Amino acid sequence: MAAASASGSGRSTLGTVLFYVFVALFVLVSVAPLLWVFKMSIITKTELFANPPTFLPNSPTATSYGTIFGDERFRKALINSTIIAGVTTVICLFFGSIAAYAIARLRFRFKSLVMTLILAISFFPAVAIIAPLFLQYRTIGIIDTYWAVIITDTVFALPLTIWILVAFFKELPRDLEEAAKVDGATTIQAFRKVIVPLAAPGVFTTAILTFIFAWNEFLFANTFLFDADTQPVTVAIPNFATVYTVDYGAQAAAAVTVTIPLVILVLLFQRRIVSGLTAGAVKG
Amino acid sequence: MAEVTLEDVNKVYAGDVVAVRDMNLDIQDGEFIVFVGPSGCGKSTALRMIAGLEDISSGKVFIGDNVVNDLPPRDRDIAMVFQNYALYPHMNVRENMGFALKLKKMDKDEIDRRVSEAARILSIERFLDRKPKALSGGQRQRVALGRAIVREPKAFLMDEPLSNLDAKLRVQMRTEIGKLHNRIGVTTIYVTHDQTEAMTMADRIVVLKDGVVQQVDTPQVMYENPRNVFVAGFIGSPAMNFMRARLEKENGGYVASFGRTRIPSTAPRSARRGEGLGPRGLRRKGRRPRDTPGAHRGRHARRGRGHGRDERPNTVEVQPQVIESMGSEKYLYFGLPKEQAVHLDSVAEMTGDAGGDADGAGSADDFDEMLVARISAESQARRGQGVLLSIDASKIRLFDAETEQAIL
Repeated sequence: MAAASASGSGRSTLGTVLFYVFVALFVLVSVAPLLWVFKMSIITKTELFANPPTFLPNSPTATSYGTIFGDERFRKALINSTIIAGVTTVICLFFGSIAAYAIARLRFRFKSLVMTLILAISFFPAVAIIAPLFLQYRTIGIIDTYWAVIITDTVFALPLTIWILVAFFKELPRDLEEAAKVDGATTIQAFRKVIVPLAAPGVFTTAILTFIFAWNEFLFANTFLFDADTQPVTVAIPNFATVYTVDYGAQAAAAVTVTIPLVILVLLFQRRIVSGLTAGAVKG
Repeated sequence: MAEVTLEDVNKVYAGDVVAVRDMNLDIQDGEFIVFVGPSGCGKSTALRMIAGLEDISSGKVFIGDNVVNDLPPRDRDIAMVFQNYALYPHMNVRENMGFALKLKKMDKDEIDRRVSEAARILSIERFLDRKPKALSGGQRQRVALGRAIVREPKAFLMDEPLSNLDAKLRVQMRTEIGKLHNRIGVTTIYVTHDQTEAMTMADRIVVLKDGVVQQVDTPQVMYENPRNVFVAGFIGSPAMNFMRARLEKENGGYVASFGRTRIPSTAPRSARRGEGLGPRGLRRKGRRPRDTPGAHRGRHARRGRGHGRDERPNTVEVQPQVIESMGSEKYLYFGLPKEQAVHLDSVAEMTGDAGGDADGAGSADDFDEMLVARISAESQARRGQGVLLSIDASKIRLFDAETEQAIL
């Protein structure tokens, strides 16, 4: 702050004011829907349907949270989401880092073609392949298991994983691997003990992006999982509606609950993500 | 500790780019060998083939008695120091130095003992628990050296290890590496583009150009008897002076003449073999700047400390254009008449490359076509005033103008 105002005084004060007004506006616009959902989750049903709506909650209550956490299905769904997103992330990182390392380091023909093909996989509209996938999964017999979603999520997340990691591995000086090899390391050892630790910021960034993607995924989960025992939260949230009523308060509370792990994750690794996204910009 | 031998080694990249051509070299056990040459001459490629970081297109590389062509780097028992140090950023100095030993599954106490010993030799004991990013360039360089010596390998390979250091530190580390080599006596192959490093450190120098070995000799022999124009221009600082001259037979001996100056010369080798002088009799003449001992002002110069039988033919009057004082001596730069000037792109490029050295050639591009004389610091020579230089004829080297090979 001190630095910002000091440099601001050099320019016009009006400029500084405008700058912060725009920043405030931007933050407000981005965060407003989330805040609104949060407000919905802590007010009573009466207030929820009040007309005109209230901006600030009159009498905050945790009833909605009580409803969702009292629901066995929701608790199970949270665990399911964690398993699906977690396993997807691990698989993506494992195969993604190996593939990315090979692409970044080896010299081979048609490298850019391979990269384009990898990216093209994620161009497929999910809706277009969902029916054939369903039929195949039914034949193999993995409908209603985690694997149906984990495999599909991995297929769609892997291209991004590879692309990001290739960029990171390319940034790492080749000398380090060569030093490791001369020091007596096998290729695998050099990768595991030198390359992966150094690419940690990149690996973290990729991990979080993949996790968020898998955590928020709804279409595949909704199509392949009928059994409440395997459904993730994204599928479970609409269940707070019956034929007769929709419990908007509970849905809002569920939405907030689902977002919180991601927020914590990002805050926890914020510095690593930032250093990851800017890696290579400045020589370290 | 071992000998390293290269037998007809070639490196050809896809697209027929030859990086190293027919390289033959016997490196003795414990010898300090320096590969030197301009960028792109293949010196680093040769080193990396010995390290196992590049495939060998053809030929054989021996370390000790074993052909190592198909061995991966980790099985060659060599240690390498990289130009940018290549320290592992996520490990502290101790872990960096012990990494290779740990991979060998060496006993922990033994690793500690070796790391402390190396740290003591290099005086980096205080930094053992620091990460590389908390070290200065010179300290990183020491750690890189330490990482190599704890291995107690058969050979050290060093790829321009000092080129990232500032001039003063470079001179200091040069001495330290020399001392280190004297102390542990491991066969060392050192790559540099800096001829000063080559001259000061090497037991033997290998000069490379365009992937071809030009000459392999001790620094002194190479300085005094360069085999061709390239080596002559590359070794020595300031660089050797070149001028066009005509070699003529006279009174049973030979005389090199350029302009009005005539200097008697011993018989050229080819002439002794009775092969004649070639169609044009034109020779390129090289003379070291330091072989012009006396410099005298004015036209009425006294006889210099010339070495010729007659003063006249061995002196040349020049108009100094730049005089640089180095403190202990002066460099006097002067031009040549156009028809005698020799422009050597390759040599100019190299001396520029090696510049910035503490005692480096002051020859920037401006002096491309200029000759330089090293004169006494007490000399009263002034810019624009004629100076009479005497030439030590015994130090003149003759090169064929076409083949650029030495003929004396």
